[in-house]
Amino acid sequence: MTGRWLRERLVLVLGILVLLYTFVPIAVVVLMSFNAPASRNVYRFDAFTLDNWLNPCTDPSMCDAVRRSVEIGLLATVVATILGTLAAFALVRHDFVGRSATNLLIFLPMAAPEIVMGSSLLALFVAAGFSGQLGFWTILIAHIMFCLSFVVVTVRARLAGMDDTLEQAAMDLYATPAQTFWRVTFPLVFPGILGAALLSFSLSFDDFIITNLNAGTTTTFPMYVWGVAQRGVPMQVNVIGTLMFAISIAIVLGSELNNRRRSKALA
Amino acid sequence: MSQVAEAPKSEGGTDPGGDPSYDGLRLRQVTKSFGAFTAVDSLDLDIPRGSFFALLGPSGCGKTTTLRMVAGLETPTSGTITLAGEDITYAKPYRRPVNTVFQSYALFPHLDIFENVAFGLRRRKSKDVTSQVNEMLDLVELGNQARKKPAQLSGGQQQRVALARALINKPEVLLLDEPLGALDLKLRRSMQIELKRIQTEVGLTFVHVTHDQEEAMTMADTVAVMNRGVIEQMGAPSVLYENPRSTFVANFLGQSNLIEGNVTGRAADVVTVDMHGIAVSVPTERTHVDGERGWVGIRPEKVLIGELGESLDAPGNTIPGGVITDVSFYGVSTQYLVRMPWGQELTVFQQNTGRSKLFGQGEQVELSWRPEYAFLLDHSQDASAGAQRGADE
Repeated sequence: MTGRWLRERLVLVLGILVLLYTFVPIAVVVLMSFNAPASRNVYRFDAFTLDNWLNPCTDPSMCDAVRRSVEIGLLATVVATILGTLAAFALVRHDFVGRSATNLLIFLPMAAPEIVMGSSLLALFVAAGFSGQLGFWTILIAHIMFCLSFVVVTVRARLAGMDDTLEQAAMDLYATPAQTFWRVTFPLVFPGILGAALLSFSLSFDDFIITNLNAGTTTTFPMYVWGVAQRGVPMQVNVIGTLMFAISIAIVLGSELNNRRRSKALA
Repeated sequence: MSQVAEAPKSEGGTDPGGDPSYDGLRLRQVTKSFGAFTAVDSLDLDIPRGSFFALLGPSGCGKTTTLRMVAGLETPTSGTITLAGEDITYAKPYRRPVNTVFQSYALFPHLDIFENVAFGLRRRKSKDVTSQVNEMLDLVELGNQARKKPAQLSGGQQQRVALARALINKPEVLLLDEPLGALDLKLRRSMQIELKRIQTEVGLTFVHVTHDQEEAMTMADTVAVMNRGVIEQMGAPSVLYENPRSTFVANFLGQSNLIEGNVTGRAADVVTVDMHGIAVSVPTERTHVDGERGWVGIRPEKVLIGELGESLDAPGNTIPGGVITDVSFYGVSTQYLVRMPWGQELTVFQQNTGRSKLFGQGEQVELSWRPEYAFLLDHSQDASAGAQRGADE
């Protein structure tokens, strides 16, 4: 009897197990953000407290690192999204010498191991005489570079899937090329651009290997966590982790709710 | 660019397409090549203002390319296009008073029905957009769907939105690119009537591209049959059907029996042809042959079928010796395949009036037709040209 019950629900049970497997680490992070460790062993939950949330900047260097990561993330996202979107349009809409080569080369940063990319960038910066200036700007340049490929690939997919008779229809209906772009093309490609931007930010915020090699004395949040991990991670790191997770969930839920509301209003 | 260069030329009157007194759409020597392939070859076409014109042809015949050149979505390799005397050959699509109903409808998925229809008016900064759009949506019976997105409408409704979106701009010429191709048969029939009604109501020039000969004939005042980049024949549907000038038109527009024959005599108004030993006559104005050999053509419904020795209402051409090889009963009519003594199978449609008997397979019959219904085509043409579509549909 139980055997049959289990067989009928096997997929469901497996699904729940997989979800649990994915969410347990996140649950630990959330839980630990409310931990008041009694000893230096920070990996044991001792007592519940709101202190970590009320005073996130007990270690000011952590908050500096977070701020720097957010700054780099936002800047890299803006630049990579603009450049990548333009590149995607060029690759999909225009025929030029070297287009297929470009299409292939744009994948390289995604395919190459980060450690290779990071070290060769470092070699480039040093060779160019920037060895003394490694820091915020070199990190930013590196981040823009690897985000760019992801933006191009995402936007290109969206553009390639777009029916180009829509633009012809717009032109047929008296829209100038500029109007056609802003009224038809851009709104239709926008979800792809937005997705690419979100992806860029999380890639940049997250990156450790390339950043570490090109950071000089500058510290980003992942580097900070790495640095403090040996002597015990402060509980506030979990607060930042929980916040980041909550923000991304909120973005996903928000867009989902927005879609549902829109389709309900129209039905 | 070339727009500027062309303008003085057409005003000077030296340009063959620049006759300013013609108020319709005129194409002169229009050619469009894609690399080595010539899609449209030296096309001359006059489409009078206010007419419902159909460009009919198989896929790849150049009809859609012609339409796109009129819309400005393709630039002719050579030739001129004028509209109401004005040269629009190189005008940008958004600068010409021409609108298109696309085959795929091409409705803007991110805009609702109202904004889709209002698109052209808004681009031209038109006054009272709201009332115009509502009026147009009422015309196509979509007044209560204004705030829906295109994806929420059925195929037939989307088609009407596409039509409304183009019509609202009151273009000089409305281009329809296989507009009913994606609809099922029943809906297509009702939309054909609807389109015809709207055209009569608004009085605009409609240029309708289609591969469906029935659609072209029921809707258009003038049909141009296009094949391999050139127009084979152009005229009123009944003229094209009754007196085709080429085997392509004879087969593409309806069905035809084409029987090989030799011209034996030419009188003032009649040509006699020896058709496998049987003498038949064809009115001179219905003969389109250069040499001594030709194809005698006769539409299946013009062929009368009877028992041996039965007197049929068709003085002149009587062809004995047929044997029925196949009978298809359609209800309103019956289609017979009749094997003739020279081996060819002829198709005969008989109206099911109840006055004649139903023949069975293997029966001996006689065929005949009135000479004035026959036509004679040039032997150099392929007797099966244009017929393949009849076979696969």
